[in-house]
Amino acid sequence: MKELLVYIKEYTKECILGPFFKLLEACFDLAVPIVMASVIDKGIASGDKWYIFKYGGILILLAVIGLTCSVTAQFFAARAATGFAANLRYALFKHIESLSFTEIDSIGTATMITRMTSDINQLQSGVNMALRLFLRSPFIVFGAALMAFTIDVKAAVVFVVVIPLLAVVVFGIMLISMPLFKKVQARLDDVLGITRQNLTGVRVIRAFNKEQAELANFADSNEKLTAMQLFVGKISALANPVTYVMVNIALIVLLWTGGIQINAGNLTQGELVALVNYMSQILVELVKLANTIVLATKAVACGTRVQGILSVNSSMQDGDYGIEDSARKPGLQKKSGGAEVKFEHAGMKYKGAGANSVSDIDFIAKPGSITGITGGTGSGKSTLVNLIPRFYDVSEGCIKLNGRDVRTYKLDALRQSVGIVLQKSILFHGTIRENMLWGNKDASDEEITEALKAAQAWEIVTGKEKGLDYVIEQGGRNLSGGQKQRFAIARALVRKPPVLIFDDSSSALDFATESKLRKALQELSYNPTIFIVSQRTSSIQHADNILVLEDGELAGQGTHEELLKNCEVYREIYNSQV
Amino acid sequence: MAKERNNDTIKMVFKYIKKYKISVVLSLFFAAVTVVLTLYLPILTGDAVDYMAAKGRVDFERLLQLIIKMAVIICLTGISQWIMNICNNKITYNIVRNIREDAFNRMEILPLKYLDAHAPGDITSRIIADADQFADGLLMGFTQAFTGILSIIGTLLFMLSINIWITLVVVIVTPLSFFVAGFISKRTYKMFQMQSAARGKQTALIDEMIGNQKVVQAYSHEDEALESFGEINKKLSKYSLDATFYSSITNPATRFVNNLVYAGVGVTGALFVLNGFITVGGLSCFLGYAGQYTKPFNEISGVITELQNALACAARVFELANEEPQVPDVKDARTPETLKGEVVFDNVHFSYVPDKKLITGFNLHVKPGQRIAIAGPTGCGKTTLINLVMRFYDPTSGSIKIDGTDIKDMTRKSLRNNIGMVLQETWIKDGTIFDNIAIGKPEASKEEVIKAAKASHAHSFIKRLKDGYDTVVKEDGSSLSQGQKQLLCIARVMLLSPPMLILDEATSSIDTRTELKIQNAFAKLMEGRTSFIVAHRLSTIQNADIILVMKDGNIIEQGNHESLLEKGGFYANLYNSQFA
Repeated sequence: MKELLVYIKEYTKECILGPFFKLLEACFDLAVPIVMASVIDKGIASGDKWYIFKYGGILILLAVIGLTCSVTAQFFAARAATGFAANLRYALFKHIESLSFTEIDSIGTATMITRMTSDINQLQSGVNMALRLFLRSPFIVFGAALMAFTIDVKAAVVFVVVIPLLAVVVFGIMLISMPLFKKVQARLDDVLGITRQNLTGVRVIRAFNKEQAELANFADSNEKLTAMQLFVGKISALANPVTYVMVNIALIVLLWTGGIQINAGNLTQGELVALVNYMSQILVELVKLANTIVLATKAVACGTRVQGILSVNSSMQDGDYGIEDSARKPGLQKKSGGAEVKFEHAGMKYKGAGANSVSDIDFIAKPGSITGITGGTGSGKSTLVNLIPRFYDVSEGCIKLNGRDVRTYKLDALRQSVGIVLQKSILFHGTIRENMLWGNKDASDEEITEALKAAQAWEIVTGKEKGLDYVIEQGGRNLSGGQKQRFAIARALVRKPPVLIFDDSSSALDFATESKLRKALQELSYNPTIFIVSQRTSSIQHADNILVLEDGELAGQGTHEELLKNCEVYREIYNSQV
Repeated sequence: MAKERNNDTIKMVFKYIKKYKISVVLSLFFAAVTVVLTLYLPILTGDAVDYMAAKGRVDFERLLQLIIKMAVIICLTGISQWIMNICNNKITYNIVRNIREDAFNRMEILPLKYLDAHAPGDITSRIIADADQFADGLLMGFTQAFTGILSIIGTLLFMLSINIWITLVVVIVTPLSFFVAGFISKRTYKMFQMQSAARGKQTALIDEMIGNQKVVQAYSHEDEALESFGEINKKLSKYSLDATFYSSITNPATRFVNNLVYAGVGVTGALFVLNGFITVGGLSCFLGYAGQYTKPFNEISGVITELQNALACAARVFELANEEPQVPDVKDARTPETLKGEVVFDNVHFSYVPDKKLITGFNLHVKPGQRIAIAGPTGCGKTTLINLVMRFYDPTSGSIKIDGTDIKDMTRKSLRNNIGMVLQETWIKDGTIFDNIAIGKPEASKEEVIKAAKASHAHSFIKRLKDGYDTVVKEDGSSLSQGQKQLLCIARVMLLSPPMLILDEATSSIDTRTELKIQNAFAKLMEGRTSFIVAHRLSTIQNADIILVMKDGNIIEQGNHESLLEKGGFYANLYNSQFA
């Protein structure tokens, strides 16, 4: 939580000025009872009407100054809070972008999105509140006590006794209820989870006649939630009455000692009224404080969660060998022929997994060659190709690109050199052209057209009235599955990378289109090294080398003919499809 | 119209409140006690001040009596406030629990027609977020609105009892407070709208970029994404500043009005003391009132917005809870234990939307133990047939009979107990792998579950998971691939081995080789059992006894694989296109 303070540093001035003006306002508030006391003791006692009017004027003046101060304070507080939130959001966004796939998998996108949105929003209002109230309330409480002492020491002793007691009660209740509120939230999440599940799985639940069980399950969670709410409610319901009783008992003590002091001639009636006023100011502020504490608690919890993400660091270390180095030394060369990809006994285990997902993978893909990868569900095909652009790092062995370990390249340079089309085609809100430019920001319309043609997507573009300016909606909702897939392929081709990977990315294409695509790929002028992952043997049987995976291990490699002869697994796959 | 709906909602809320009548009466009673006692205290304080006029003139005897009286009142106030709070908590949380439970119960018996047409997120937010907001609003309403109104009335009465003219000063200045608050809130509303619009845009961007972080990284698009994020972020920050600042002016402004009231009371009060109309103690008491008088006004205006919001939320929950449920099982519905599986479709008509006919005059006779495959292009009604057999939807006219009984005349439970279903959309329950497989038979032994998993070829991947069968999986868990999820769903049915089977694209995400292996297990399972198989992949359905080729809701061809190929019609075309 403390680490988040960096993001408010830019607003140090506001963070000081805001509370400062708030305190100034509080000072004027504190002056009010004193002014009133002199109205009573001097104005009334001497019967001086002018004196009363003059001091009435002072009261109004104090109100005006108070207003000015507090508006200024609110402004600074708002500025610091919104600025802080903006800084934090930006930093968090940047941080999330720097995380590797391993961290993205373990945190989960839904969590990251909530942290970015609702958590930071809560934090913003928490900071705003804190700047405005957290200093003001204690200040008024102590200020009122202090002022009481300037009036009469003996009568004011009760303030010294009651304030620490009140602090103990208020903070005690807070400390007890804070973890309980967390529990309430957790139980609410349970209820939410059950509801969601019942909606998404309604067919299965009804097919298996689980309605009654689910109802009982829900009622149970709901009951637990209510019980927790009632329990927490009982504790927080104590806060107001207890503070009320304590402050007013103090008031009684004040009246008694005040009476003694007046009788002895040490105190005037007006001064006693002022003391009583201070006591009631304390009560009002304490109630406010108790209410803001709830908000602050929530904000702290949000802050801790946000900090939790910020403290996760990418498990991937960047290399230092860039593309620019390749002119002098052998390395990645952009746009001029394929690269050699070599797996040397590579193995990979996902974080938290029980066993390797792929192990002991050993092969060479020559520059400009086509490698097919096939195997059953969960055999490790995707994992294998994800290792090339370092979405994940190997846990054993290594992968070399043009003779260098991929881990020694700058990540940015490495990924610029690898075009990968993922299983799920994801397009972004924007025109077709903008989506294509993801592949290469500097691509001309000609290059884009060329890529679209090779990806068999040009006919989709010409079918749209606006051509390349056709706007794709978020997630590509206004395109069919096959259209999205072809655009995703084109996006990778625009880059003209030395290595091209197709991770089961032509599944939504019909056979005719797929074979046209295959032909176009073979004719690419820059001759990239190509990897094609597919369950369909027809998609890979023309490859120069085919890798057959079975439970994460290489069950065989070779050409289609060789494998049919020597590889049992490949034969089975092939036969299951004809 | 809107008002009428509002009234309906309020009526519903009262229906729920009724159950907690006693608590409500108690709450209102103690609220009144609290307010009266709270307001009475300043008067006693004023009296106390009057008992100590000056040096040597303090009446200790009466002061002591008064102080004891005050102590009793203070304690009573504290206790009654506490009881009131507890009553309010009890009313609110219990009502919300009941509302939530009713809504959920209703959801469980709503027809799929409704559930399919509404986004799960929407329904969830009604049951959870709306109900919660309603609770907050109701609690605030109870605690603050009632006590607030009582305080205002009480304060006025108490002030009037002391002095009419000073009270008038207070009453005259009060509307100013309303005016100021109204003026500010109108301005703020616009700014809040701008803020939410900017927030919405930013959330969309976050959704897109963070949600698809892997693609962003694959294309090293991080810098561009950050740049466009930065732009929106700046805009949002600006709108947010405006909205936050203007809304936070309300408080100082009303406090200012409050201070004016205080000054007014102070001056006029002092003048009245001079003329002997009131005592110094009376003035002190007045000042106490003036300090708190405007507070309930602020609170009440806050409560009104909160209550409006709460009512809107309640209306959304009630809308769900009042939705027409599915047709209940008929009174003397039959509960066949084990069906043989003779299925007859008799002139079945069905459509999802009244003016868009889908299935018209569908007839089919399936003998027990037959394997029926349904093929055809997307949207031809394949899945609809299954929806009808499972009674997820009921036919518009015509009937479906199993073993001679109309399925409408059996309980849904017994019907569904007899049918094992695997769908294309896999659904994983939050829980362990074991729980997921045993969903239809929670009492199953570990051996049975492993046997089912082995039969569906799920065992090999399960045993490689971290905790094997005890691994906890989540519905949106990316830890399982689509194919693996589908294998789990198949294992569920393998465990039950029900008399009838429905496989709706059950193997679409599974590789062909594994599918082939599962086919054997399925073949064993289907032996002697009536089964319906919907598949896109024609290799999956070749071995069926009858293949129905559907188009536009009608069967256009019917026969087995060989006879259909021979016929050279739609099916033959579809089949041959695979090899083109």
